[in-house]
Amino acid sequence: MLAMDATGADAGRGGLTTADGKPLKQALATAQSRARRRALLLVLPLLAFIVITFVVPIGQLLFRSVYNDGFSANMPQISAWFRETEPGTEPDEAAYAALAADLAAAAEARSVGVVGTRVNYEMSGTRSLFTAAGRKAGDLKPPFREALLELNGTWGDPQLWGVMRSVSSAYSANFYLAALDLARDANGDIVRAPEGRRIYGMLFLRTLWLSALITGLCLILAYPVAHLLATLPLAKSNLLMILVLLPFWTSLLVRTTSWMVLLQEQGVVNNTMVALGLIGEDGRIQMMYNRTGTIIAMTHILLPFMILPLYSVMRPINPGYVRAARSLGATSWTAFRRVYLPQTLPGIGAGALLVFILAVGYYITPALVGGASGQLISNLIAYHMQDSLNWSLAAALAALLLAGVLILYWLYDRLIGIDKLKLG
Amino acid sequence: MNASRPDSTPDAAFVEFDRVQKSYDGETLVVKDLNLTIARGEFLTMLGPSGSGKTTCLMMLAGFETATHGEIRLAGRPINQVPPHKRGIGMVFQNYALFPHMSVGENLAFPLEVRGMRRAERAAKVARALDMVQMGAFANRRPAQLSGGQQQRIALARALVFDPELVLMDEPLGALDKQLREHMQFEIKALHDRLGITVVYVTHDQGEALTMSDRIAVFNDGRIQQLAPPAELYERPKNSFVAQFIGENNKLPGIIEAFDDKKALVRLATGEVIDATPVNIRARGQQTLVSIRPERVEFKPEMMPPGVHRIAADVLEVVYMGDIFRTRMRVAGSEDFVMKCRNTIGQRRLTPGERIEIAWHPEDARALDPM
Repeated sequence: MLAMDATGADAGRGGLTTADGKPLKQALATAQSRARRRALLLVLPLLAFIVITFVVPIGQLLFRSVYNDGFSANMPQISAWFRETEPGTEPDEAAYAALAADLAAAAEARSVGVVGTRVNYEMSGTRSLFTAAGRKAGDLKPPFREALLELNGTWGDPQLWGVMRSVSSAYSANFYLAALDLARDANGDIVRAPEGRRIYGMLFLRTLWLSALITGLCLILAYPVAHLLATLPLAKSNLLMILVLLPFWTSLLVRTTSWMVLLQEQGVVNNTMVALGLIGEDGRIQMMYNRTGTIIAMTHILLPFMILPLYSVMRPINPGYVRAARSLGATSWTAFRRVYLPQTLPGIGAGALLVFILAVGYYITPALVGGASGQLISNLIAYHMQDSLNWSLAAALAALLLAGVLILYWLYDRLIGIDKLKLG
Repeated sequence: MNASRPDSTPDAAFVEFDRVQKSYDGETLVVKDLNLTIARGEFLTMLGPSGSGKTTCLMMLAGFETATHGEIRLAGRPINQVPPHKRGIGMVFQNYALFPHMSVGENLAFPLEVRGMRRAERAAKVARALDMVQMGAFANRRPAQLSGGQQQRIALARALVFDPELVLMDEPLGALDKQLREHMQFEIKALHDRLGITVVYVTHDQGEALTMSDRIAVFNDGRIQQLAPPAELYERPKNSFVAQFIGENNKLPGIIEAFDDKKALVRLATGEVIDATPVNIRARGQQTLVSIRPERVEFKPEMMPPGVHRIAADVLEVVYMGDIFRTRMRVAGSEDFVMKCRNTIGQRRLTPGERIEIAWHPEDARALDPM
């Protein structure tokens, strides 16, 4: 004690020192460095795993959402012309010559399809324009403007030139614009996409709305169950807990298909209702392959993710609080609303956040039971990844989804506080 | 509650348990035939080991448990069917049960708020209740920011803020350290005297019960073993359980040789016959336990008033405890006979192995039924 006081007193200016005069901070760092190195070695494999399987692929995908060199890499000359001229410049003979040369070269290298696809993302129906021109580009004679226009009048379309200018740079925000139902007009200004092609905004809204609805349903169903689990004697609550966890031991596909069996038009539920005379044979309710199917199946699948955080928050709440409230004159409803409910808020927040985030990105269940009206944004991301192969657009959609989730997370942190998040 | 006080009810019966029984499982009775009357303004303590039924009785009075049989009356009105929030009883819980998501002020305002009291009136009452427990400066703190003793005061203030006539306390000082506990005992007692409230206090700490209560009901095995003021309970326990549970006691097993109302002759295991005061003695030849308080035993018989009973003792162990020497001796075959010698100036220090003569007054030796 005395020695410490003494060193503390000398150290008025230069920071604390140990008994032999070394700076205390340095001594502490030396003393701890060995333990730190060992700890680092322990987590190193996990760190490498996360970087290789998580950070790198996600980073690459996000990069793809702003980078696509399908046009610029294969059409160097016309890309150079676009760089040298102002946006909106009328294409001159030099431009057409560069275009013809690039098309010929691309056809030679068998990459004109890639070029056409890239332009086609921005302006549909143009892929064949490029492949057709590619086939004949080698035979074209100057003046190239007339020659190309003779091949197809679309080559003179200012919109096409606008699109080619915008894709001539490998870096572009166009995929984000497309994901937000926006587009660039011939002058490069941002405008709304044509009426019939605005699907993403609607799908984002539907995804958010359905996810919120599913979160709400899960909360309503999970709250009493979690409360029961938390208040029953341990032996009984453990048995119930196994029932709650049972779905985790069953394949997601099995669970989803069993909902199909139950809810389809000739399914168990409809058959029962017909047999009981509740509905007529021709009044069978359509509960599958539409939004209802998505809502029912996803609520069921995500329910445990709501129950568990709620349970973990409710379990330690002392029943004495509600008793105290009642003895102080509160009715059971007031005691619940003013005393019990506020104490479960961290669980409600954690469960809602978890279920909402899972629902927003859910893919397999809506794909199986959603039909057309039950599709979510993730189904479209999958479509662009697997069918249309427009990976950049898929990446942009996914990035927007990620941004949305992060915003929600931030909001949660601001409103409730992430330190209060209790997942179990 | 003030308004509904019927004039016909004598003050002697503010709270009544009338033949109350309670069973949780339908097989065993936790409370067996409880009859208890608590007067208005009384401080009554329910004392007993855990599982003796004292907390169940309190919970039935508060309304959190229903009586299986019998009637509980508050100010003459049967309250068996009245839900807890309509009983108007203040309650202090063992772990305080202060609402963690509310500030101290909000905690105190809660009972007033649910009674529909206006904001200004509420604030005045909360401030007064906080001042009453000397916590006026803490209204904006959260319970978690307070020490155990401070939380205890707030819990007390919350149970009193809506002016209940009856306040129940369920081992309220159990979580506090010894010094704080003694201080709070004093404060609770002072509040009781000042406010004139009726208090039913549950504890398993006999020291607490003795210092605070007007009367103590000693519970064991679902029954009240004895209901008496502290001094009577300590000095004239009615059976062996009470004698053992309240304070320390030396017990010497023996057989009743002869007895009348005032005096019993008891033959101890070593054949010695001693005088004792009979309690619960029914027949000659009956087994008995003679109980003697350690502080009523002396080892200087010549300094005691005449009429004391002398007996030989072997000192086995002397423990220094500061204010006293706790001396364990072999007396009449019993090896844990304890005597407390005060650590006064010039006190003779006994040593183990020493043979001495001890004495007690026959009035302090009580022949009780064996347990």
